[in-house]
Amino acid sequence: MKQNRTEILPNVFLTYLAAKKFKTGYLSAQFVTPLRRETASMNALLPAVLHRGSMGYPDMEQLSAAMDRLYGAQIDYTVRKKGETQCVGFVASVIDDSFVPRDERLLEPTAALLGELLLDPVTRGGRFLNEYVDSEKNHLIDTIRSIRNDKRDWANLRLIQEMCADEPYGIYCLGDEESAQKINNRKLYEQSREMMRTSRLELFYYGSAEEQRVTDALLSAFSLLSRGVVEPIPLPCRRTAPEKPRIITEEMDVTQGKLSMGFRCGSGDVPALILANLMFGGSSNSKLFLNVREKLSLCYYASSQYARSKGILTVSSGIETKDYDRACHEILRQLQAVQEGQWEDWELSGARSTMLSALRAVQDGQGAAENWYLGQNATGQTETPEELACQIQQVTPERIREAAQSIQLDTVYFLKGKDE
Amino acid sequence: MERISYPRIGETAFWQTLDNGLPVCVVPRKGFERKYALFATRYGGMDMRFEKDGQWLDTPAGIAHYLEHKMFDTAEGNALQELAKNGAEPNAFTSNAITVYYFDSTDHFYENLEILLSFVSVPYFTEESVAKEQGIIAQEIGMIEDNPEWQVYKQLMQALYEKSSARESVAGSVESISHITAQTLYDCHGAFYTPSNMCLVVVGDVDEEKVVQLARKVLPKTSGPAIARDYGQEESLVPVTKETRCCMEVSMPTFLAGFKCPPAPKGQEQMRYQIIGDLACDMLLGESSSLFARLYGEGLVNGTFGSSFDLLPGVAYVYVGGDSKEPETVVQAILDEARRVIREGFDPDYYQRVLRANFGTAIKGLNSFEGVAVSMAEGCFDGYDPCRFPEVYDSLTQQDLLDFIRENICESRMALSVIEPKEDSSCKS
Repeated sequence: MKQNRTEILPNVFLTYLAAKKFKTGYLSAQFVTPLRRETASMNALLPAVLHRGSMGYPDMEQLSAAMDRLYGAQIDYTVRKKGETQCVGFVASVIDDSFVPRDERLLEPTAALLGELLLDPVTRGGRFLNEYVDSEKNHLIDTIRSIRNDKRDWANLRLIQEMCADEPYGIYCLGDEESAQKINNRKLYEQSREMMRTSRLELFYYGSAEEQRVTDALLSAFSLLSRGVVEPIPLPCRRTAPEKPRIITEEMDVTQGKLSMGFRCGSGDVPALILANLMFGGSSNSKLFLNVREKLSLCYYASSQYARSKGILTVSSGIETKDYDRACHEILRQLQAVQEGQWEDWELSGARSTMLSALRAVQDGQGAAENWYLGQNATGQTETPEELACQIQQVTPERIREAAQSIQLDTVYFLKGKDE
Repeated sequence: MERISYPRIGETAFWQTLDNGLPVCVVPRKGFERKYALFATRYGGMDMRFEKDGQWLDTPAGIAHYLEHKMFDTAEGNALQELAKNGAEPNAFTSNAITVYYFDSTDHFYENLEILLSFVSVPYFTEESVAKEQGIIAQEIGMIEDNPEWQVYKQLMQALYEKSSARESVAGSVESISHITAQTLYDCHGAFYTPSNMCLVVVGDVDEEKVVQLARKVLPKTSGPAIARDYGQEESLVPVTKETRCCMEVSMPTFLAGFKCPPAPKGQEQMRYQIIGDLACDMLLGESSSLFARLYGEGLVNGTFGSSFDLLPGVAYVYVGGDSKEPETVVQAILDEARRVIREGFDPDYYQRVLRANFGTAIKGLNSFEGVAVSMAEGCFDGYDPCRFPEVYDSLTQQDLLDFIRENICESRMALSVIEPKEDSSCKS
């Protein structure tokens, strides 16, 4: 697979991947900006407002019509947290020219529409349209509130908020309701200009078009972008766990309790920690899944995730409220087993092949590849999936044990049902 | 194997029906590392009553889903574990009409395929293992019952249908699954997991002949008899209840309006019916519709608003909804808009645009291995070729969509299901 990363304008990078195997071409434009409490909600609101219309297509109907004419081209706005950065922008996908009659070209107009939405929003008197700001602001507030509807997500979010209360990582990618309430049109417009001038822009393409054609289409689409002094991207800070873990319990009217646990990983041996996490709770073959869920029927689900850029490992599980002590104990016992090197050969080889397969499969999905490269570029990492796969292959059991021993419990969050 | 080319969508499919009656399909995907295999049976949540050895059997709601959970058990241990050892990502799902077992893998594909074929075709249950699963599935049921989107849908189905087994949740209830025993599971497996009632689909860069050879080697040499099923008596097109409401911990009301439609015709006509229904929903209620733009602009709906046209065994319905502060206002606007469209017709330019957009979306859908495999299996069970969608698009006219809307999107066919926030004073549960 051909891949290339070039700075096509000052602090505007294009990651280009070539492949003929998809039915579509995939484009992305993401501003990478530090995650801050003061700006998180504004930055999250921005692409939603921009997505409402450009000068050329000033309302939703005209915009949808334009995308329909491009055979259902899709342009969605995204707000993602990568390490301690907030990445906001658009992703677009459009079917290949080969499926449309005659000599219609779909890449150029799709790229142009993407650029236009970001850089030429519909404005009146140097402001966004009030109705767009107001309605998107309300939607943002509703979305922030509705995280409570999925108790699993809610418990995981509350864990991270508590555990990383004074780190950027503890900020939810959409910010919080209070700061969202305070946003007004003028502030949002100014923040928009500021963010676009001072943030690095990551462009991405994966599909069948030649690199030159893609570069030309994007250069023309982003010719209006004005650049200032670009802020460096902050690298995620590392903390150690407190001596005694923090325990937080909250109540909600739920039939099933949610238990989330957060750990700090002291070791920087990322490939070893990836494998330790997979054996612990990161796959359907893990200790948490097989022992805590299947053998003991203690949880409906129990899994762990490792955020390698931040060095945090979290466990997420759904349990009966009465089983809290047993579940905590069992989860920690499974971690201890990994720390002491208690695993069968098949567990390690399974974890390794799961990860190698997952890494090889990154190039099979356009969205997956975009998410991978954005994550790398926004957190100062440079490995390709192939390079990380090489490192995974070289990890020894000793390294896994050693890295796992650096995993320390930081915070426990328990969402329990109200007593009858 | 028979090779079928679909030049308009850049696809090829290989098909062969084995001597034991199993249809096998391979869709090549050059250049991909991933390989996807799916083994499906035409047996789902709605198949609760069927004929076995001349007798009609009634089985508990949720049994197909329960069986799906237990199929991963093998005499040697657990098939999930076996597949995961090879780096494969196995899983399964049960819908109203089918149960599907699949895996995604990049390595050891044929080995994984052999495991898949073998664990799905050889049942292994004990009374203990069946009893143990009660706890896990009861928790799963508890979890989905906490989900407002699931509740609003379930209540809609119960408002729409009187006798059809579409009323029942695929997972059943904690009560219904308590009646499941190892013997009922063996009976259902024996009846429905027989080659002629199943379908194997592989999507990926594989050797299609090797797939067929493996299926021949692993699977039984013959099939059981065809199964007569009863999905409940034929329904009138009028809903049982006009409206159903309940309260949950949600931040804003969430609603679904359902419209009863006539059941699908058989064969290639079924796909045409599905495409007409989908397009009609999009034209009337989709993101490009003037109705959606207006409701969104007025803050009456948000990004959760959507609609769908579903075909289940013996029943069909349109549903539309999402989160809204004023569900009744939105529903009234939908009914008014349907009446206006029937009166005035659609703008021809708008019709062409939506047709283009849906065609493009269907092309895009071919990127999904799972999407392709599931639609091949469904097409195989219901007797249509899903890759012939461009021909259906060619044959459509605006009148087809207007006829669909006139017949179905009206008050007499409609039921409304609403979930209200608990703290709301109007909410008494």
